[in-house]
Amino acid sequence: MDSELPALLVLGPPMVFNLFQSHYSHKYRFLNFFSSHLPLPQFLQTQHAHPTSVRAILCNPRQPVTADVIRSLPSLGIVATTTVGADHIDTAECRRRGIQVVTLGSQFAPDVADMAVALLIDVMFKISAGDRFAKKSIHFKPWSFPSGSKLGGKRVGIIGLGRIGGEVAKRLEAFDCIIMYHSRNKNPSVSYTFYSNVVDLASNSDVLVLCCPLTEQTKYIVNKEVMLALGKGGIIVNVGRGALIDEKELVQCLMKGEIRGAGLDVFENEPNVPKELFSLDNVVLSPHAGAITLDCFMDACEHVAKSFDAFFSS
Amino acid sequence: MGSISILLVGKVLPYLEQELDKRYNLFRAIDPSQRAAVLRDHASSIRAVVASSSGGPDAALIEALPKLEIVSSFSVGVDRIDLQKCKEKGVRVTNTPDVLTDEVADLTIGLILAVLRRICECDRYVRSGNWKKGDYKLTTKFSGKTLGILGLGRIGAAVAKRAEGFDCSICYYSRNEKPDSKYKYYPSVVELASNCDVLVVACPLTPETHHIINREVINALGPKGVLINIGRGKHVDEPELVSALLEGRLGGAGLDVFEKEPHVPEELFGLENVVLLPHVGSATVETRTAMADLVLDNLEAHFLGKPLLTPLV
Repeated sequence: MDSELPALLVLGPPMVFNLFQSHYSHKYRFLNFFSSHLPLPQFLQTQHAHPTSVRAILCNPRQPVTADVIRSLPSLGIVATTTVGADHIDTAECRRRGIQVVTLGSQFAPDVADMAVALLIDVMFKISAGDRFAKKSIHFKPWSFPSGSKLGGKRVGIIGLGRIGGEVAKRLEAFDCIIMYHSRNKNPSVSYTFYSNVVDLASNSDVLVLCCPLTEQTKYIVNKEVMLALGKGGIIVNVGRGALIDEKELVQCLMKGEIRGAGLDVFENEPNVPKELFSLDNVVLSPHAGAITLDCFMDACEHVAKSFDAFFSS
Repeated sequence: MGSISILLVGKVLPYLEQELDKRYNLFRAIDPSQRAAVLRDHASSIRAVVASSSGGPDAALIEALPKLEIVSSFSVGVDRIDLQKCKEKGVRVTNTPDVLTDEVADLTIGLILAVLRRICECDRYVRSGNWKKGDYKLTTKFSGKTLGILGLGRIGAAVAKRAEGFDCSICYYSRNEKPDSKYKYYPSVVELASNCDVLVVACPLTPETHHIINREVINALGPKGVLINIGRGKHVDEPELVSALLEGRLGGAGLDVFEKEPHVPEELFGLENVVLLPHVGSATVETRTAMADLVLDNLEAHFLGKPLLTPLV
């Protein structure tokens, strides 16, 4: 019977929710708050769910878990988000009430790293442009140069050598790239060359890959100065956050040929993308899909389910 | 050297054609219809033929050139050249190995990622404005998958090395098992296809490997399997491939080569699980220039009586 299953209040909803619901509908009674316009107490009434019956929340940044939400649920004990960040959760209030906050770890680092390499090779070898070209007509004309450039020997500057940056480095080393990086702190356990200054990193790189989180310090970390230092042969790949790059400047640099090309999975104002990029062959655009693989989603679901299991059985 | 006559029978980088023109007495028969006229006037003086992946001397042409000493190919694949005839007639043959290995391997990984992660489709999705309506769908992770390599030569090995950086498992099929290899060997292509997620065709085209990817192999690869062809179009039974993709018996394909280039099967244009490239293969300026230099250097060495740099025959 539905009422015997533990209630799970769902906010957001998380992108993985359809998958989660299809796999775990036998374990929870889902209260889909994300599709209601009512305030939480009224919503719970319509679901015949007493506020004290709600001990768990599943959420994502689309719908914040505010102090109000928390206070409406006196028995709340666990809040799980399908993201690494918890900015959308009032973690201070959770701490005060002893509510466990569960975030994702680095399950999706390989997928995001794969995306970074995919974008880089695509820009280097014009794969998407080639696919567009080949699918235009039943007889393709000679493909005009200049075209690609092999990865071997290219100097790749990684901005943010965390889990994702580390996975990118590992993959590109297999292509004989030379890895360098900029991070808040030098990492003594890696042998890659560290640059404390991003402009210096860019001056010495052929490729910049952005893998760091967005903070006050990293906003626009790639600005006009950095792009000019990277130079006309340089390529930028962004799998971090759109606002790591001064997007207006990036568009100008791409259109004027101040940099060679860019592979972008993230943008300043998603899902809006500067239209000027749509006519360029030296950019590859992706709809923030770095972690949107079935494997990744399944891992995220399992991680969350395990956390709930542990909570409900304790 | 300006008086040495050379015949060009395949499409090559403009730089190469220009250099050949500068250094030699260059004749062209890239279009087969030009052949008769060139042979009529110059057959008895031609000492070298420059070939490429788009055209090479068959037995008839070799027979028609009594002074032919060397065929230098602007490619690593020599399926367009009648090697047996060259051997019989004592004609040397050179190709361009190694210089393009890295590029082709890089491109192969790029193609795999483009298919599995739907990179080209994602790019289309953004450019068309569809992202405003909703997120793109779930795609398939590449890292950790099993890669099957058909032909563990230079290119196959380079692909394997890169795939290991993605924690992929590697298996292969070759004419003969390689005792020094750490990868798992399968004695047949069907078994290889049955046991991998992505199958890469990286072997030379010979009569034995013609249509080596047939219906049986494609079915073994299956509805979740992906075929990547960076070899020659004739490695694959193209009509079978097309019907398998249309019917969903094969999960996806990344193709840089086609049976009847530059003809591309139109039925594949609308498929989001298919990436098509106009035979870019070794298409970097650096590589193609290096290949061109290798052709020129081999010819020069030959005419100076020095050892050939990259002889096949």
